[in-house]
Amino acid sequence: MKLLNHFKVFVLFCCCIFIFSAVSAQNTITVTGTVKNEKGEPLSLVTVNVSGSETSTLTDIAGAFTIQAPANSKLTFTYVGYKSFETAVKSTLNITLQPGDDMLSDVVVIGYGTVQRKEVTGAISTVTSKDFQQGAITTPEQLISGKIPGVSITSNGGAPGAGSVIRIRGGASLNASNDPLIVVDGVPLSGNGIYGASNPLSLINPNDITSFTVLKDAASTAIYGSRASNGVILITTRKGSSGTPVINFSTQVSAATLAKKMDVLSPDQFRHMVDSLGGGTYDNINTYKSLMGAENTDWQNQIFRTAISTDNNLSISGALNEIPYRVSVGYLNQQGLLSTDQLQRYTGGIVVSPVFFDNHLKVDLNVKGAYNDTRFANNAAISSAVYFDPTQATRANSPYGNYFEWASFDQASSELVLNKLAPRNPLALLELYNNSSRVYRSYGSAQFDYKFHFLPELRANLNLGYDIAKGEGKVNVPEYAAQNFLERGQRNQYSNELRNSVMEFYLNYNKSIPSLKGQLNATAGYGYYNNQTTNYNYPAFTEKGDTLPGTVPKYPYDKPQTTLISYYGRVIYTVDDKYTLAASLRADGSSRFSPSQRWGTYSSVAFTWQIDREKFMDNVSALSELKLRLSYGVTGNQDGIYEYPYQAVYTVSGSGSLVRFGNNWMGMGTSSAYDENIKWEQTGAYNAGLDFGFLNNRIYGSVDVYFKKTKNLMNETPIPAGTNFSSRLLTNVGNVENKGIEVMLTAIPVKKENTSWEVSVNAAYNKNTITNLTATQDPTYAGTLTGTNQIHSVGYSPSAFYVYQQVYNNGRPVEGVYVDQNGDGTINEKDLYRYQSPFPKYILGFSSQLTHKKWSFNTVLRANTGNYVYNDIATGAVVANMLNPLQYLANTNSDILNTGFINGQRQSDYYVQNASFLRMDNLGIGYNFGRILNDKASLRFTANCQNVFVATKYTGLDPEIYGGVDNVIYPRPRTFVLGANIQF
Amino acid sequence: MKKIFNIHTIAAAIFLITFSACHRKLDLQPENANTADKQFSTLHGYKEVLAKVYGSYSLVSSTGVGVSDVNIAGISDAGTTDFLRAWWNLQELSTDEAICAWNDPFLVNFHNLNWTSNNIFIHAAYGRSLFQITVANEFIRQSAEEKITERGFSAQEADEIRQFKAEARFLRAFQYWVLMDLFGNPPFVTEDHPIGKYIPEQIQRRDLFDYIESELKAIENDLAAPRENEYARADRAAAWALLARVYLNATVYTGQDRFTNAITYSKKVIDAGYALKSNYKTLFMSDNDVNNPEIILPIAYDAVESQNYGGTTFLVCSAHGNNPEDNANFGIPNGGWLGNRSTKNLPLAFGDYSGNTDKRALFGGTNLEVNDVFTFNDGLSVYKFNNKTSAGVTPPSPNGVLCSIDFPLFRLAEMHLVYAESVLRGGSGGSTAEALAYMNELRERAYENTSGNFTSINLNEILNERLRELYWEGFRRTDLIRYGLFTGSTYVWPWKGGVKDGTGVAPHFVLYPIPAAEILVNTNLTQNNNY
Repeated sequence: MKLLNHFKVFVLFCCCIFIFSAVSAQNTITVTGTVKNEKGEPLSLVTVNVSGSETSTLTDIAGAFTIQAPANSKLTFTYVGYKSFETAVKSTLNITLQPGDDMLSDVVVIGYGTVQRKEVTGAISTVTSKDFQQGAITTPEQLISGKIPGVSITSNGGAPGAGSVIRIRGGASLNASNDPLIVVDGVPLSGNGIYGASNPLSLINPNDITSFTVLKDAASTAIYGSRASNGVILITTRKGSSGTPVINFSTQVSAATLAKKMDVLSPDQFRHMVDSLGGGTYDNINTYKSLMGAENTDWQNQIFRTAISTDNNLSISGALNEIPYRVSVGYLNQQGLLSTDQLQRYTGGIVVSPVFFDNHLKVDLNVKGAYNDTRFANNAAISSAVYFDPTQATRANSPYGNYFEWASFDQASSELVLNKLAPRNPLALLELYNNSSRVYRSYGSAQFDYKFHFLPELRANLNLGYDIAKGEGKVNVPEYAAQNFLERGQRNQYSNELRNSVMEFYLNYNKSIPSLKGQLNATAGYGYYNNQTTNYNYPAFTEKGDTLPGTVPKYPYDKPQTTLISYYGRVIYTVDDKYTLAASLRADGSSRFSPSQRWGTYSSVAFTWQIDREKFMDNVSALSELKLRLSYGVTGNQDGIYEYPYQAVYTVSGSGSLVRFGNNWMGMGTSSAYDENIKWEQTGAYNAGLDFGFLNNRIYGSVDVYFKKTKNLMNETPIPAGTNFSSRLLTNVGNVENKGIEVMLTAIPVKKENTSWEVSVNAAYNKNTITNLTATQDPTYAGTLTGTNQIHSVGYSPSAFYVYQQVYNNGRPVEGVYVDQNGDGTINEKDLYRYQSPFPKYILGFSSQLTHKKWSFNTVLRANTGNYVYNDIATGAVVANMLNPLQYLANTNSDILNTGFINGQRQSDYYVQNASFLRMDNLGIGYNFGRILNDKASLRFTANCQNVFVATKYTGLDPEIYGGVDNVIYPRPRTFVLGANIQF
Repeated sequence: MKKIFNIHTIAAAIFLITFSACHRKLDLQPENANTADKQFSTLHGYKEVLAKVYGSYSLVSSTGVGVSDVNIAGISDAGTTDFLRAWWNLQELSTDEAICAWNDPFLVNFHNLNWTSNNIFIHAAYGRSLFQITVANEFIRQSAEEKITERGFSAQEADEIRQFKAEARFLRAFQYWVLMDLFGNPPFVTEDHPIGKYIPEQIQRRDLFDYIESELKAIENDLAAPRENEYARADRAAAWALLARVYLNATVYTGQDRFTNAITYSKKVIDAGYALKSNYKTLFMSDNDVNNPEIILPIAYDAVESQNYGGTTFLVCSAHGNNPEDNANFGIPNGGWLGNRSTKNLPLAFGDYSGNTDKRALFGGTNLEVNDVFTFNDGLSVYKFNNKTSAGVTPPSPNGVLCSIDFPLFRLAEMHLVYAESVLRGGSGGSTAEALAYMNELRERAYENTSGNFTSINLNEILNERLRELYWEGFRRTDLIRYGLFTGSTYVWPWKGGVKDGTGVAPHFVLYPIPAAEILVNTNLTQNNNY
């Protein structure tokens, strides 16, 4: 029955379109002309649009166009990267377009199409290539870091190709995905991981990207329905352009250096502490002291290096037989700070955009491919470099590859016996571990956009997209290596394959209704999305190739799969170029839910008032733009969770996990934990925004206020023991509210012939509060513990730290003494309190770009305030870890000098530290030689420093840690980059 | 216009048909798995799930040694959540039988008898017991008479499923005994409760006692006759043995003596055809699954097929240091975790603890005194569990660490001791003479002659005999509580109360606290007093 309703909606939308298509007939003239750029070169594919109507055409390869237009109408010329131009209709028009600021360009990419900027109703931010972050950027999302208010991009560390956590307006969920939907050229990417690629986005070459559009509020995103609660990022890649082929070659070389070392005891400090504390024996004979060596080893120097990388990209774009094309290739060779980390990426892409039937059928064929060849370092070396005894030599005469390892000498056999429970030599961890992967990925789309011959206002758009990838790798560790001593080394492999397919079909009807001064833009569509992963299982092997008993997998592979089916529609109606009303509706069916919970319906309404076009504003000359936007919408979320959460699924255990019955070994039939009633998480969101521009847009910006309320949160919550087949269950519990303000302000203080200066500031405030956790209605219910000492509880930020309040004596924390919060005389779980949140209250971004003659200078700074981090490196800085009864010594974080703690005090709020920071992401300089080689080419040089400085009170390595728990992070390097770009 | 409409009507119709076919694509199921109905459609499928009921106490998960069914914040080592290891920590480390040198947070609190409700090891034991109960409940639900009928099994198959079901009920009763003994008043879930999200009620210790008793009696006839079931599966004698154990401690659980019942049920086991294994030492070696007339129900481990870093691997490896010959001699060439050893009270209970007189004294090392808790060589090592076979062969192991010894969860010797103690404590239906005879059977095996035989027995001697016979098998805490010696200062041992010579502790430590994290999620639970 529910299904039937969805069809009704769909059919209704189709009908609307047909009914409006009935209106037609006008008095027209034929306009011909050409469009050129500021250099006098013809521009092809410029959109020539009869203002206020859907009648439009594109310029050809010579920049020429012909269009039928009403005699008294105006024509608008738009082209990405250029200021749009509007002029009255004449029979001949020769137009020159000026390069423009994309923020103000008139076409804005939205879900399933584009709209005029004036029609934009939601909170949408666009960043185009000229505003991208500069320098050695190897993964796309870093291009817009710090550029958009309310969008936080936190890299997962400094490893080559490492991904980032992207959060738009703080994320809406507790346990389902908080990642925004990323759509590349109309094809939504699945969030599924590829084995051997630390980050699926790292297979997209940032140089192929021309713009990012971020849809933040529900009115803009609701058209993406169930996948939109966390915002949508639309990535547009470069397409072919004008007649003469343009060849662009860019090259970069960079040096990444260790920006800061982890703060550990120096060998002298370590000796001093062990001398004073290590008088006891570990075995009744030998003292701890006697375990010390005579060397002074800085283990961090041993494992880190200055990493050299190069990035080269070549592209050719032009038109062949009037068919625009772009071909690009790229080669990236990136070293990591860890001395065995290396990523090589080869990318290629072809875009062809032919048109047929007198511009009625536009086709975009887009194929991109990437091949990554990676060696992953053993990241365990980083924490080992903190903890390994600094008085030991790196090398020693040992059977473990001649590295020093903790071992004891056995008198009887005159042999060294490895201490299997001790930490391992950091350098050996790196050098004796070889994890190499190869990843192949291809993604692309074929998009057909057909303008009906008998009804040009109606378009049918079919988009077929695919994304396939294969990742495979091997891990080799020699038999003698201490790290896999018991397993006699490793010769293991892993692989998986991804197969995602997308089919989208929509009809768009765009029609002006002059009698009502109205403009109607209606869309109705259908989408089918299938994501399938094949994960192969392998046994574990010793270095010699023997299978380790008990590791032979029961199944050769697993193939998790999800499908989503959607119907959607949208109507945008604009009156008198001043008032725009938009509404959308989408129904989604997800394979993740039981048939009774499967379908979710999402809708939105939005209103825009172009205030500056009102009569009463005519006299306010200082104000060049003023627009009010209001919206409300509902979106859903089902991504980021296990594929089959509603079903009791039985798997049978395999080798090594069998149960003895008599003389047989039985596989165990094991049920998964499940919640048969699990359903969509839903977010309702209000947004109010104001766009403004002053002094002919020398100052412009926007302010947005939002309020989001998410209910039926999907949360993996600890459940009472005895109620399910796991200690934690993914279920719908509770509500979360997000409210915030975002401000974006750009000013152009200087705009002269030789000099221009643009500064842009953005600021976002976000407050995220849990308002209900329905698992229990009991007011004494403290909340859902997450990790060791964080909690989701009502009235607080998600993942608030849940700790004991440390008692201090003369500023020094007293070991094991905490504030008795409830005064009952004992310190127990009732005395834990919620102390701060890992999420920032304010996120700030600042960009500046100064151009003087041929020079340019730019910088980007970012700041977060109000975010706290649990310093889980410092928690290990206790005497008990230094002198281990398992017969070894270990170094620690220097915090031990501040606390002198003997045993771990992991639940103390002492370790929750203010991690507010200011980071200069980028400082760059460019020199533009302009036209060289007899005006045949242009050349530009750049030099950048990335991660210039971080100002923070946080005592750990880096305050920018998503989730707020600082285990060992791969250090983010400080990188110096030189680049050249030449264009023919 | 009309024509257009027609074309589009047809197009719309085509869409509708195509799309509704697509909707079936939303019914997806995992590649390598069964729905419940499929899994329980065959007798073999039932038996696979029964294997999981057993596997819940013999393994940490269905997906290898590194993953656990029981996830506890703060525990990263899956082996810590193994049933035997978790239970053993609570039953032994809190007593004079064992002390651990590892400096893991929360572990030292067992020797100190000052644990708190946020102790992750206590949580591990609690979570593991309730996990096995949950798995058993589901099996019992799926084995309801109407399900058996519905699924069309033959009469013979149906009988076999009924026997499986009785075994699941036995294992559930066993875990409820564990919970009753450790925590007093645990949450109570049975097959009448759903799988999903709900808040279980708490049951009082006395009511739980009645439930365990009634369950064990109810399944008696459905269980296989003693010694008639497949190896490592429970039979009727296992249920009797558990009843005897529960009755022996009834005073602690309910305030009421049930020694007469303890005599009845221990005698049933003794008369069921079991015999003491002639060589005590071989009871705990890796071939203890063959030619062993004494074990009533083991937990079966295997270094290759049934891997677990808890279980007997833990008992052997944690008891050894880093002497390579010594480790090789006990079948763990790459083992030796420098963890557990004894306080002097254990070896001293043997008088001559060299093993020359009483062969059960299986110790290593030289230092009786534990001067430093964290020095492994302080205190004698306990070499009772040995991964070699009785013929001196080291069984196959992938890494020289994992062990293949089966753990005797119930064995005949315990029944001898239950019988004797119950008689002495005034139970009827037995005789002092028979009690003495049963005791002396143990002594004769231990001494390999009659020189150690008792001429008379008293309750204290029985406690000491239990120490000598059953040490490190998970009995000591329960025994000391039954004798009123666990808390207080009547009886102390090194490091009791955190002091080298031992000191008295508060009486509330006779129960473990319900884990703090469980109190947070299950608002029906009331914490035990003084935690």
